[in-house]
Amino acid sequence: MKEKLRAPKSQQPLVVEKPALEDGIGSKVTVEINEKKVQVLFGQTILDACKENQIHVPTLCHHPDLCIAGNCRICVVEVEGMRTLQTACSFPITAPIKIKTSSPMVRKARRHIIDLLLSEHYGECYSCVRNNNCELQTLAKEYGVDSYTFGHVQEPVYEMDLSSYSVVRDMNKCVNCRRCVRTCIDLQEVGVLEAIDRGDKTHIGTFLEKPLADVICINCGQCINRCPTGALRANDPSDVIWNAIDDPTKHVVIQTAPSPRAAIGEVFGLEPGKSFTGELNTALRRIGFDVVFDTNFTADLTIIEEGTELILRLYKALVKKEQTALPQFTSCSPGWVKYLEHFYPEYIDNLSSAKSPQQMFGALIKTFYAQKKGIDPKDIVSVALMPCAAKKFECNRPEMMDSGYKDVDFGLTTRELGQMIQEAGIYLPEMPKSNFDDPFGEASGAGLIFGATGGVMEAALRTVFELVTGNKIEDVFANADITPVRGFEGIKYAEIPITEVGPVPKILQHLVPDWNWLKGATLKIAVAHGTANAKKIMDDIKAGGKFSECHFIEFMACPGGCIGGGGQPIPTNEEIRKMRAKAIYDEDNSLPVRKSHENRHVAEIYDIFLTDGPCGKISHKLLHTHYIKRGKYIA
Amino acid sequence: MLVVEKNALSEEIEGYVNKYGKDRSSLMPVLQAIQRKHSYINDFAQQEVARLLDIHPVEVFSVISFYSFLHSKPTGRNIVRLCRTISCDMANKSKIVQAIERELGIKFGETTKDNRITLEFTNCIGMCDQGPAMIVNDRVYTKLDPEKAVNILNEIK
Repeated sequence: MKEKLRAPKSQQPLVVEKPALEDGIGSKVTVEINEKKVQVLFGQTILDACKENQIHVPTLCHHPDLCIAGNCRICVVEVEGMRTLQTACSFPITAPIKIKTSSPMVRKARRHIIDLLLSEHYGECYSCVRNNNCELQTLAKEYGVDSYTFGHVQEPVYEMDLSSYSVVRDMNKCVNCRRCVRTCIDLQEVGVLEAIDRGDKTHIGTFLEKPLADVICINCGQCINRCPTGALRANDPSDVIWNAIDDPTKHVVIQTAPSPRAAIGEVFGLEPGKSFTGELNTALRRIGFDVVFDTNFTADLTIIEEGTELILRLYKALVKKEQTALPQFTSCSPGWVKYLEHFYPEYIDNLSSAKSPQQMFGALIKTFYAQKKGIDPKDIVSVALMPCAAKKFECNRPEMMDSGYKDVDFGLTTRELGQMIQEAGIYLPEMPKSNFDDPFGEASGAGLIFGATGGVMEAALRTVFELVTGNKIEDVFANADITPVRGFEGIKYAEIPITEVGPVPKILQHLVPDWNWLKGATLKIAVAHGTANAKKIMDDIKAGGKFSECHFIEFMACPGGCIGGGGQPIPTNEEIRKMRAKAIYDEDNSLPVRKSHENRHVAEIYDIFLTDGPCGKISHKLLHTHYIKRGKYIA
Repeated sequence: MLVVEKNALSEEIEGYVNKYGKDRSSLMPVLQAIQRKHSYINDFAQQEVARLLDIHPVEVFSVISFYSFLHSKPTGRNIVRLCRTISCDMANKSKIVQAIERELGIKFGETTKDNRITLEFTNCIGMCDQGPAMIVNDRVYTKLDPEKAVNILNEIK
């Protein structure tokens, strides 16, 4: 099925249909790039053809995750026979043309474009968060900009928008490439940012130019990850965290999520695809964090709580025949939660009431851990290392105060922690390895794979399947790798038949008497990542389609899941996301415990602290939350 | 806005959407219809249009901000647009500006206190051979001199 494009035909870029067979007749065109003859695929853009032939063409507005825009003009090349220069990113090759990527005309045009961009770009590179990671800076260096031919902005023109907990907008640094616009509208279907006004007054703005906190922003931070300059950045709490570390009366606790550990190497210039869990633990202790915990522990707890909730909902619907909100939606992704609150508030009951692992940990640190260690919770500063910009918003939600204090004080992104590590003079890859601190020392591989899309579902299936059938999941899926929910397809769907049932395990015995009601049932599940895909599923549910019959659906706000989160190192693209996911799955494979219910610390905490079991009174107080019907009207 | 007003506006916009089509490309005619009737498109109307055409409110706002004949803020009952482009400028546009501003007591870009007239500049309106030219609502006046321009403005209700 061909997907419907939102833009009318006249506005769509000129795309030529690719030939069906790569080596069929007429599928290849011989073109001359810089006087070298090469064969390229019919319909391929000049940019892609150049990339395949190791010819570098600079880009700025082009991003592999987004649609072609062709508005920055930096990728212009000379095409013989054409009066003007052509943008390589949007020019499909359909004839044997002759291309020059570096002629005097091209170089001069590109240099002028950079000079013009710089003439409207305010800010000094050394006080910029994107120093050394800025595409405009790189271009200026590549093209040897040594003076501002068309001048340079001396005073800021726009006020900085600091209203949001997650995203800071500094339009003085904006170069109007519209990557954030395409991200927000096409990739995420949220629609916060658009180009406002016309001509030389054009700038990127929100609805009625309201501050970001007043419009419908889900804080996913994908725009930050796509921004070529420092115009969009995360709200950085590192200064306050340094103060807490330096304060001897404060007990500073950090929990680290799996995705930042799989990506932080990139901050230090390493290739993506390797996790630095052990090294990071040592580095964090050397920075001055008092204890380092693994968010995967509460991810395991989330699985038990959310899995129990699912079982209770199914029990209510199938046995008691009561009205129940099904399918159950996951609630780990704060961006997705806010998306649902805004765009589909009528489905709020479907959202699992279990908190996200970050918030569960926050509540446990300031209750269970504080009691155990005899520390006054008000002296604990709880930091969460997350791949996510929305986690900053989540920890500031007023309802996240169940411990009596702010459950998590600060959400820190991968980029910001990378910067803190550098500031402390530590080269992460050379650190010795060390383990997490007790009492939450070990976590399972199930908690780990939360980072990749499909991970929560896989972790939940490993546990629910084993608790219900009493069989090993390895009997059904080799090596406990539930491959149908893995991978980067936008929407994944799977059916798991339950052919036999076992005895009810001890921790669930007070909730359900037996499993016989599940015998012969088929568990229908779906996975979506990126809110654009979530929207498709939600619209399908609304229309009563296939997904409305699902039992459990995992949603992640960011493309690729947490590994592609808005707090992850820049750049992020599909290849990098795949490498990060691989790092996570490799780490999962290397762990001895790979199922949440087999984590002995989880069993322990239900024994000594959450004594009335999963979804009991204590866990409802500390580990569950409620949501707000926000709606999508902006007053 | 009162709920009753909101409902009435929603109904009105639904009518336009039914008339011009429930598609992205009918955004312009719908906005023009609202602009004609209300002289500006308020934030509620923008969000209603977005909802009915299944696009984002910010896209509607973006389009409104792009076109100078569409307004997102209240304007006067009548809009006077004076051409500011070269031909009219060379035909002594500045004299007209002076005369109009003195007569109405407001600057260009502003609205009179009684909400009668909003003054605006416009880019070329194709009356280069007959400049200076201005548009009052939908009507074009050419070969203006200060006296004529002031007389025209005074005739507007």
